[in-house]
Amino acid sequence: MNQPNQATMSALIYQRRRWTDRLMTLLTTLAVLVAVVPLFGILIYVLIQGASVINWDFFSKLPTPVGEPGGGMLNALVGSTILVVLAAAIGLPIGLFSAIYLAEYGHGRLATAIRFVTEVLNGVPSIVVGIFAYAIVVRPLHHFSALAGGIALGLMMIPTVTRTAEEMIRMVPNSLREAGLALGLPRWRVIVSIVLPTAANGIITGIMLAIARISGETAPLLFTALNNSFLSVNLLQPVSSLPVQIYTYATTPYEELHRMAWGAAFVLVMIVLVVNMVTRLLTRSGYHMHR
Amino acid sequence: MSSLPASIDSVRTARPVTVRSDSARKATALTDSTGEKEAVAGAASTALATQQERVDGLPSALRTVDLRAWYGSTEALHGITLPFPERRVTAIIGPSGCGKSTLLRCLNRMHELSPGGRVAGQVLLGEEDVYGPDVDPVEMRRHVGMVFQRPNPFPTMSIFDNVAAALRWTGMRGRAAVAQRVEEALRMAALWDEVKDRLHENALGLSGGQQQRLCIARALAVEPRILLMDEPASALDPISTGHVEELIQQLKQKYTIIIVTHNMQQAARVSDYTVFMLLGELVEFAPTEKLFTTPSDPRSEAYITGRFG
Repeated sequence: MNQPNQATMSALIYQRRRWTDRLMTLLTTLAVLVAVVPLFGILIYVLIQGASVINWDFFSKLPTPVGEPGGGMLNALVGSTILVVLAAAIGLPIGLFSAIYLAEYGHGRLATAIRFVTEVLNGVPSIVVGIFAYAIVVRPLHHFSALAGGIALGLMMIPTVTRTAEEMIRMVPNSLREAGLALGLPRWRVIVSIVLPTAANGIITGIMLAIARISGETAPLLFTALNNSFLSVNLLQPVSSLPVQIYTYATTPYEELHRMAWGAAFVLVMIVLVVNMVTRLLTRSGYHMHR
Repeated sequence: MSSLPASIDSVRTARPVTVRSDSARKATALTDSTGEKEAVAGAASTALATQQERVDGLPSALRTVDLRAWYGSTEALHGITLPFPERRVTAIIGPSGCGKSTLLRCLNRMHELSPGGRVAGQVLLGEEDVYGPDVDPVEMRRHVGMVFQRPNPFPTMSIFDNVAAALRWTGMRGRAAVAQRVEEALRMAALWDEVKDRLHENALGLSGGQQQRLCIARALAVEPRILLMDEPASALDPISTGHVEELIQQLKQKYTIIIVTHNMQQAARVSDYTVFMLLGELVEFAPTEKLFTTPSDPRSEAYITGRFG
């Protein structure tokens, strides 16, 4: 081999590598922009359209008949709160206990089956969950109700909570379980007092994200909780909710109601945003799991 | 039999005949596998020494009789019969994978918690077989404390709570009583002076060596009779290692200590008796000084002089 030729060769190779590097950096940056622009687009658009209708009345008054100025979203806010609380009351315990079972005791075929079913449930379209709730709650009771909506949303929470909580519990180093067991503590005590507190940050994040997700669900509520123009706290009566109210108003021909829908969308986005940020803040400090 | 070391007290041989035959069988097995004449004497004396209830006139706090352990279908311990003399430090040495940690984890029934972990044989704590049908492993573990290779304080708790937690959960009532026991345990672990002003800070703020001593204090707080240590200093720097070794010397006045170590110098420094294991077999059990100066088994000698491992 003659030396000068080899030198030119490697110079060429390095030049090509440099260009490939630049091209790939450019492509990945573009991909990030494409991903982020719509997100900020939505936020800004909703802010522009919705922020102007937000005032105290919006949170404290019931909707007025079409044509009459003023009115608010109190019914939808209260309804959404009821639905989310109901969903959490159903979804959290089932999800958490399943996660504990899967992470701490589940080794056999049953656990594999449960994990598979959870994954499938996670992928079930929300409208199908709504139909299911319709069939098991609305039909037997003969009318739409907050209870049916809460059950539908609760069912949707279960897989999310189960999967995130299981992951978090699994991340707790085994050495901590052994430390507890070697002290002569029973298994349940080790789980309740050592494993769960150690995994708490991650579990809480998972729960908050699940709640943020279901609070924007519309489809499963359409034929379960339905809607209600009046304030209702009766679990066996239909209730309004922010997403359904947005859907209802947006599909009317009235400009005024469109603006109310934008306002509701703004509130919904803010709730999700605030829940996410507060969760991040709360769970940022404290114990970070490392092996 | 005349080759018995003088140190072995053969006055009390209360073990039933079955144990003798076990030992004898093991001795033959060892002979077969080595085929060396010296090994016969070494194995025979080991076998006899290990079936004693007393070693050098000391009662055994813990004994194993033909202890076998499996991981799934792999047998990791092939019938270990050993005494652990009371208020002495016994070191278990041997190359990686020889079963020394498994043996330790069999002593407080932690092995059966490993995936596929299974145990046969006896572990006698006093007169009681810890694998007996009426023994609750949870209750039993309170009498046999354990310190692990890596310091594992409970990360969500303060220094104080790390020690106090197990006390409260095992039924100790009264703030003053708990606080007193915590202080005692921390003093015993030679940590009190370093942490007394920051008891309610998170335990993860301590250095690695302090964390390990905290784990020792936590194990001592529930007042075990025996302390198992699984390479307790292998994750520590030399100074922290020194602290832990000094601590072991003090603790043996009150506790029977069994320490697994891959560091032969450490075994020589801290222990009174040493067990040498190889491939899941007990090769030699002897007073530390004897094992490190005039080992009976050629394999012990080869290992100690660094010819393998």
